[in-house]
Amino acid sequence: MGIHTSVDPETGAVRFLSPEGALCRPIPSSLSDELLVTLYRAMTRTRIFDGKAVALQRTGQLGTFASALGQEAVGVGAAAAMQAHDVLAPSYRDHGAQFLRGMTMAECLLYWGGDERGSDFAGPRLDFPNCVPVATQIAHAVGASYAFRLQRADRVVVTFIGDGGTANGGFYEALNMAGVWRTPTVIIINNNGWAISTPCALECAAPTLAQKGVAVGIEGWQIDGNDVVAVYDTVRQAVEKARAGQGPTLIEALTYRLGDHTTADDATRYRDPELVRREWAREPIARLRAYLLRKGAWNQEKEDALQRESLEEVGQAVNAYLATHSAGCDAMFDHLYATLPASYVSQRDTARRFEPKGGGGHG
Amino acid sequence: MAELSLVEAVNHALAYEMANDESVLLLGEDIGVNGGVFRATNGLQARFGRERVIDTPLAEGAIAGVAVGMAAMGLKPVAEIQFTGFIYPTIDQMINHASRLRNRTRGRLTCPMVLRSPYGAGIHAPEHHSESPEALFAHMPGLRVVVPSSPARAYGLLLAAMRDPDPVVFLEPTRLYRLFKQEVADEGESLPLDACFLSREGKDVTLVAWGAMMQETLAAADALEQQGVDAEVIDVATIKPLDMETILRSVEKTGRCVIIHEAPRTAGFGAEIAAEIAERALFSLLAPVKRVAAYDVVVPLSRLERQYIPSVDRIVDAVRSVMEGS
Ligand SMILES: Cc1ncc(C[n+]2csc(CCOP(=O)(O)OP(=O)(O)O)c2C)c(N)n1
Repeated sequence: MGIHTSVDPETGAVRFLSPEGALCRPIPSSLSDELLVTLYRAMTRTRIFDGKAVALQRTGQLGTFASALGQEAVGVGAAAAMQAHDVLAPSYRDHGAQFLRGMTMAECLLYWGGDERGSDFAGPRLDFPNCVPVATQIAHAVGASYAFRLQRADRVVVTFIGDGGTANGGFYEALNMAGVWRTPTVIIINNNGWAISTPCALECAAPTLAQKGVAVGIEGWQIDGNDVVAVYDTVRQAVEKARAGQGPTLIEALTYRLGDHTTADDATRYRDPELVRREWAREPIARLRAYLLRKGAWNQEKEDALQRESLEEVGQAVNAYLATHSAGCDAMFDHLYATLPASYVSQRDTARRFEPKGGGGHG
Repeated sequence: MAELSLVEAVNHALAYEMANDESVLLLGEDIGVNGGVFRATNGLQARFGRERVIDTPLAEGAIAGVAVGMAAMGLKPVAEIQFTGFIYPTIDQMINHASRLRNRTRGRLTCPMVLRSPYGAGIHAPEHHSESPEALFAHMPGLRVVVPSSPARAYGLLLAAMRDPDPVVFLEPTRLYRLFKQEVADEGESLPLDACFLSREGKDVTLVAWGAMMQETLAAADALEQQGVDAEVIDVATIKPLDMETILRSVEKTGRCVIIHEAPRTAGFGAEIAAEIAERALFSLLAPVKRVAAYDVVVPLSRLERQYIPSVDRIVDAVRSVMEGS
């Protein structure tokens, strides 16, 4: 079935599943049907979460939110290839990966709802919080992975960055150090085509972003980021390589941002909706579903149940989020230092004195 | 005369100067087709072309650095940094180069650039979108730091900034971008830099503020009037170099001063003003100078930002204690 090439004919990127869900090459043995279903479920949950989060923002119940619509395969595939004791240094659009690693949906909502407690993940205690200043997280990943190597810890750090972010000095500098120090780092470029309104071609004149590894002595691989099989298998190899002490890898995952940049953005100002309509034919979830259906590993009944369960799960997270009362003004001081310096006491007293009754609301 | 919001006033000032001075060009992230994330540059790429309204790669350090190069060679670049949380990589270029090029070359090369950025809290923005770093820039010799507090002042001061032969950091209070409109004559008339504006006359106490905090400060002055306290309000406008004379004249008249700012208190710019008053007008004071500033904390995410920004109540309370202490 399908064409037997291993790469996207247009981009040359590694691919297993065609946009129609046909096999381009055999599914690697690392991916059982069970794992494929897990990935499918995780992508679907992420998409349903995103839809709800955008709706919450539109109704004034959430702050600005960055949806991962269309890019679910990158985060989900990568996180599934990590081990629990590895560390994730995410950007701000990587909740698909964070959910698989144990961050709860309620925590995610709390963060975008304007409450720092959303970054106090119950699950992955060593994972870094969302990183908003673009490209600054790459250096953290390199430093963290250096620490693991020094500690003889069997740990790898995976970090994400957008295509626009690769234009930033922070990216180049950190990538170079990873190359020189050969740290156990996996750097994944989430190339969704856009940095807000700026298309990739205005961020970088090189033909691919993967080749940015060349200049710093790091292997760079380009993959179809809408093919979760390609993402999983490639990141798995990079993680194993890092764990085996063979240094960092740069992976460019080609995907597409189907939504606005954030809820504060209006992509119709700079992007032809026709382009987006065409990209929907390449999106990752329908692709895997088509494959699984054909294989008999999925059916309508399971799909209905998944939709129901996911909506319920998201609904519960929303309720938990909406029921979380504002932390109150002390929260501004609580985690500033290990212990509040004496000179702060009068400032905190002032904050308490002027604290409005009832605390802050949502969003 | 048109009724303009502050962000529209910025847009008009940029357009006016681009139309009248070919050396002015704009650069920044998403400022072209998108017109900037706040629309400050709306329509300008369509009008002036891609060579003069440049969508840059996502690289703040280089944005400031190329602006230095452009400015040294006779252009007048106006660089936009999307939010002040992302302005910090420009500090290397601004402190090591933009602010000193004239001095280092004994006037042979100069740097007539403007670094614009929306700044401050109060719009429920995500993390790192609400910072107030005016004091960092004010600490750099050779820079001008300007903060408008209204559409008319944004228009006139931005024109002045673009015409100034030295580098100007122009911080636009995001909270004011669309808060209110004002009649602004789009006739290319600039306002003076390096001068404070007397925004309200009074005789009992001098309130000194800038940018978005002018809103709370003027509201506090109204509230105080109800309580029989006649406050004079000064809009600093140019943080650096500071027009201390206007402030001193007022303090000598009222004998009391409260300084209000949204940046954290410690080493905030209010400290500088208070120190100047202590050095030069101590014996005119009837009560100690007071500061109402943000706490020395990280700008909290949106749920607590209203408690971070100094409130009208806090200003009124500070003024009352100054009045009682004298
Ligand atoms: C250093 C820095 N500059 C500017 C911004 C504002 N900003 C937020 S996201 C973004 C575009 C990022 O594009 P890309 O790296 O491709 O990632 P994407 O959002 O598309 O996932 C910009 C300019 C920022 N967060 N950090």
